[in-house]
Amino acid sequence: MARIEAEVGKPQGGFMKWIDDRFPFTETMKYHATEYYASKNFNLWYVFGVLAFVVLAIQLITGIFLTMNYKPDAAQAFASVEYIMRDVEWGWLIRYMHSTGASFFFIVVYLHMFRAMMYGSYKKPRELLWIIGMMIFFVLMAEGFAGYLLPWGQMSYWGAQVIISLFGAIPGIGEGLVEIIRGDYSISDITLNRFFALHVVVLPLSLIGLVFVHIVALHEVGSSNPDGIEIKKNKGPDGVPLDGIAFHPYHTSKDLVAIIVFLMVFSAAVFFAPDMGGYFLEHANFEPANLTATPEHIAPVWYFTPFYAILRAVPDKLWGFILFVLAVLLPVFLPWLDRARVRSIRYRGWIYKTALSVFVVTFLVLGWLGTMPAEPVYVLAARIFSVLYFAFFLLMPYYTTIDKTKPVPDRVVYHD
Amino acid sequence: MEAADIDPGNISSLQRGARNFMNYCSGCHSAQYVRFNTIGKYLGLSDEQLVDNLMFNAEKTFETIQASMPAADAARWYGTAPPDMSLMARAKGADHIYNFLKGFYLDPDSPTGVDNLILEGTSMPHVLWELQGYQRAIFAEHIVNGVTSNEFEGFEQVTSGSMDAEDYDAFVRDTVNFLAYIAEPIRSERRKLGVWVLMYLIVFLIIAAMLKKQVWKDVK
Repeated sequence: MARIEAEVGKPQGGFMKWIDDRFPFTETMKYHATEYYASKNFNLWYVFGVLAFVVLAIQLITGIFLTMNYKPDAAQAFASVEYIMRDVEWGWLIRYMHSTGASFFFIVVYLHMFRAMMYGSYKKPRELLWIIGMMIFFVLMAEGFAGYLLPWGQMSYWGAQVIISLFGAIPGIGEGLVEIIRGDYSISDITLNRFFALHVVVLPLSLIGLVFVHIVALHEVGSSNPDGIEIKKNKGPDGVPLDGIAFHPYHTSKDLVAIIVFLMVFSAAVFFAPDMGGYFLEHANFEPANLTATPEHIAPVWYFTPFYAILRAVPDKLWGFILFVLAVLLPVFLPWLDRARVRSIRYRGWIYKTALSVFVVTFLVLGWLGTMPAEPVYVLAARIFSVLYFAFFLLMPYYTTIDKTKPVPDRVVYHD
Repeated sequence: MEAADIDPGNISSLQRGARNFMNYCSGCHSAQYVRFNTIGKYLGLSDEQLVDNLMFNAEKTFETIQASMPAADAARWYGTAPPDMSLMARAKGADHIYNFLKGFYLDPDSPTGVDNLILEGTSMPHVLWELQGYQRAIFAEHIVNGVTSNEFEGFEQVTSGSMDAEDYDAFVRDTVNFLAYIAEPIRSERRKLGVWVLMYLIVFLIIAAMLKKQVWKDVK
């Protein structure tokens, strides 16, 4: 007579069976960690994904503690931040970790995206992975923008005023859209409240959901590597890729080292330079928002400046907005703009290497120009570099086709 | 602009700065996020010393530094309410405040009789005139590439105050030092803590690196 055996009174061994009978625990651990194989030749550029995850965790946890003391009211917000800085036990540390974390999030994410550009991580079959990643980037930008309004400082208010008013340039729906975003006829307490809801609930939940989907998509196709070789093409008799090693314990132990180095750099910023010369915490934001006094020089936070420079370079308000949006959106199409037959820069020709180098310089220069006042010489420079920025993407189908690539080896290049 | 050269570790300078601020500034300027007992703890002052020397209107040491002048009246009398000083050193910088306090000069056209090199048209009177005396600003016309401009050349003492230039400079430095401290009271503690955090992480790093090497031993 068939009967389900009740494993009564047997905690050892039986415990995991009890769990596994009800939840795919061991199976998930194997699929995603102990039997998930990634290439053994990951270099420094492969660390930024897990670091982004670490920063997300830091932001979520410090964010929760901040919400316990922050007041999302125009009359109380600024004072509540100072209360956190001065009177809440360890409030200053939580605040600095959160503000430093915001900037580090973008540093890490930009480097993570750059890795994909160097090693062709967005190419087939990882196009969807790349798209999901770009969606994370868009949500992250909104999250940073909403968060920056919350301290209700001079730059919070006036920076938001400038950026939100840009949406008014959209023909037809523009003005109505701006009113919906603001919740009012100008930025006010109402705007602060809804940006708080966005920053604390909507956008973090979206980020967490998208990061989960991002990792699911990654594990479906498997990680690429610095040589751009599909390790699944060379499997051993046991079905394990010859160039692959289990994510746990190999990549977890290696990532731990990287995480600690990251925490050292992060701590150096938090404990010794939380202002970062006015780039992480802007000087003007130590003054409460004054609706009647416009600051001399309004600029968005450093991580938006490359796109802001492009926006300002265009003399027309609507076209400036269009090109600004296009500049942010264009990287989504990289999997299709890039016609090269090899993935990794290691096997590409001089044309792509030059183009990518020019792009890096362009992005950095545009970023610097975005912090400068809109004087003629800077606007001219921004125009030149904006052209270079768009040229990198729009000419890519052409120059990646004619670029002479090198033969890609069968097995990854690994040095002990 | 001259450098303020603040000395955050100099407790006696900060004590003098606290005295200066309460006696000369807090009549009009609040430091609304700063509590007396926070200052007392950092500067090594007892509650009694706080009450006797720094607290003129406040009663309890946990109270914050409020201005004596009512804000609504201040806005009416001066055109704009004197700003709160809690974060001024972080917003404008210590150098700005230092040069501002040394930058008042006689201007017969101004309602207060003075103007300021750092903040033109300021409605703040030269509160420290008894200490510094009054000075005159010398401007000279410069013509560069056909463009005429009035360049500031220097100050000239007109009437002397109770302090000579050196003493007044030290007075201002102490005050700015204090303002820089109240802008971020936790500064020195966070830097000390940072050293311990980094040391801990270095040790942790060494252990993690050894673990990684061990785990990766068999990877070819």
